[in-house]
Amino acid sequence: MSFAWVTLDTVSSPVIVASDLVKRYGEVVAVGGVSFEVAPGESFGLLGPNGAGKSTTMRMIGAVSTRTSGRLEILGLDPDRYGPEIRSQLGVVPQSDNLDEELRVRENLLVYGRYFGMTRAHVSGRADELLAFAQLQDKAKAKVTDLSGGMKRRLTIARGLMNDPRILLLDEPTTGLDPQARHILWDRLFRLKEQGTTLVLTTHYMDEAEQLCDRLVVVDKGAIMAEGSPSSLIRRYSSREVLELRFGADRNAEMADRLRDAGDRVEALPDRVLVYTADGEGELARLTDAGMRPITSLVRRSSLEDVFLRLTGRSLIE
Amino acid sequence: MSGLDGEAPLRPRTSRRAAGSLYAGNARSVVYRGWLATKSTNWLVVVSGVFEPVFYLLSLGVGLGGLVGQVTAGDGQRIPYAAFIAPALLATAAMNGAVYDSTWNVFFKIRFARLYEGMLATSLGPVDVAVGEISLALLRGAGYAIAFMIVMQLVGLNLSWWALLGLPAVLLVAFAFASLGMGITSYMRSFQQMDIINFVMLPMFLLSATFYPLTVYPPPIQVVIQALPLWQSVELVRSLTTGSVSAGILWHVLYLVAMAALGMTVTTRRLRALFLD
Repeated sequence: MSFAWVTLDTVSSPVIVASDLVKRYGEVVAVGGVSFEVAPGESFGLLGPNGAGKSTTMRMIGAVSTRTSGRLEILGLDPDRYGPEIRSQLGVVPQSDNLDEELRVRENLLVYGRYFGMTRAHVSGRADELLAFAQLQDKAKAKVTDLSGGMKRRLTIARGLMNDPRILLLDEPTTGLDPQARHILWDRLFRLKEQGTTLVLTTHYMDEAEQLCDRLVVVDKGAIMAEGSPSSLIRRYSSREVLELRFGADRNAEMADRLRDAGDRVEALPDRVLVYTADGEGELARLTDAGMRPITSLVRRSSLEDVFLRLTGRSLIE
Repeated sequence: MSGLDGEAPLRPRTSRRAAGSLYAGNARSVVYRGWLATKSTNWLVVVSGVFEPVFYLLSLGVGLGGLVGQVTAGDGQRIPYAAFIAPALLATAAMNGAVYDSTWNVFFKIRFARLYEGMLATSLGPVDVAVGEISLALLRGAGYAIAFMIVMQLVGLNLSWWALLGLPAVLLVAFAFASLGMGITSYMRSFQQMDIINFVMLPMFLLSATFYPLTVYPPPIQVVIQALPLWQSVELVRSLTTGSVSAGILWHVLYLVAMAALGMTVTTRRLRALFLD
């Protein structure tokens, strides 16, 4: 390895640089000028509702979609010019599984490795390693169509790791999975993160973002609304706790008006009223003393969902 | 697993940049995938295609041939009817094998299995995918053709040593149809549109001077038939297996080469437009 290459790749230089990144399809603006950087080893999230432009951004990072304007560098290269070189260093887990259903489980890994030009011997060893990682050793010869949703996702992730990628792109990795399958998947992703793989993921689940992301941007309508670590975003845009009150669908709006001065801030949703406060129990006691009688009440920690609601006035899953 | 130990920076390969990041020189991995898939799922369907032209040859060549007797080939030579239609069936076998793989199979992969989307997320480029898939279709067409050629030899319908050149000729036929088939398929959006392909294929098979000489047609219609790719293929193969070879067959070769080139270009562009927007 020559000296020049070493200096090019100092540890701190970002692996992804996007500035004023725009993607238009005809008149439709899918991504309207987003800027962000991802450091090596970082776990970076794009959080936003369906149609926010997350997947389009991911496709541009994955060097399978060309940008309309702006600057984009993946591992220091322009994806418009060095698509195959960049893709050889990426692992891609698309939003919906596109496993090869004409092939068996292990064959999916073998063939995918071959697409990267890896040798037969190399893909064979790597496939066994990753089947173990994805907890699919028993399924090596199974048909892909016989796998559960969670297993298919794990196989897709294993496939994305065949080429030992420097960046793993995950587009809504756990959408559609049951809670148990999600936790298994998070555990696997967390291990990758511990081993230093750079993760870039999109999600519309708050708990997922809080579990996996060191840093995230909140995206809506193709633009970035906020950026930071999950906890700093909650600190900045929400209170420590949230008091959820239900007065019945026809009374929520009226009660929200009466609660105007409660806590730091009040948000009226169709089905409930949210009171943002540092001390949920205390606030609830005060309101009960004042003679308010909610049908149900709940005190919980503030989450990214609240951040999103604050920023956009809408909830994430609509 | 992370590649912490493999942090070699990306080295742009300038020599390849001219190809516009379309080709990674790894079409064989696409062929490997096709071979694995065929082996484990649909080899029976593939093998069944060998028998179709043999049945045609037996029923029409032997059965009908008994009534017809001899026919006059292009150069005035009198040959048995079976030897007249056998090369046409050979060319058709190559065409069918190639077209089946490059149309219906490709259609399914593009629209439903999203196979190419997965391939193009790797370091493969659209040219790798196109070359790989077309090679598979070509291999299938060639397989049918070689099997049929052996039958022809056994039955004594190869009338000349030129017939040996029939093999590369049918490879070219399969290549031309596979390329164009895949190119056209990339524009298809529904099953109804795909049916158009069948609608074109059957009349072309029956009318391309397969079962009778071109001279049966009035001159204006002859021109139309001569423009068809299957007529070009049949004439090329028939000249070789019957041994009535002239420099004129180079025109057929040129026609098929141009058709293959057109198909490759269209396919590559379309794959790029569909999956690398």
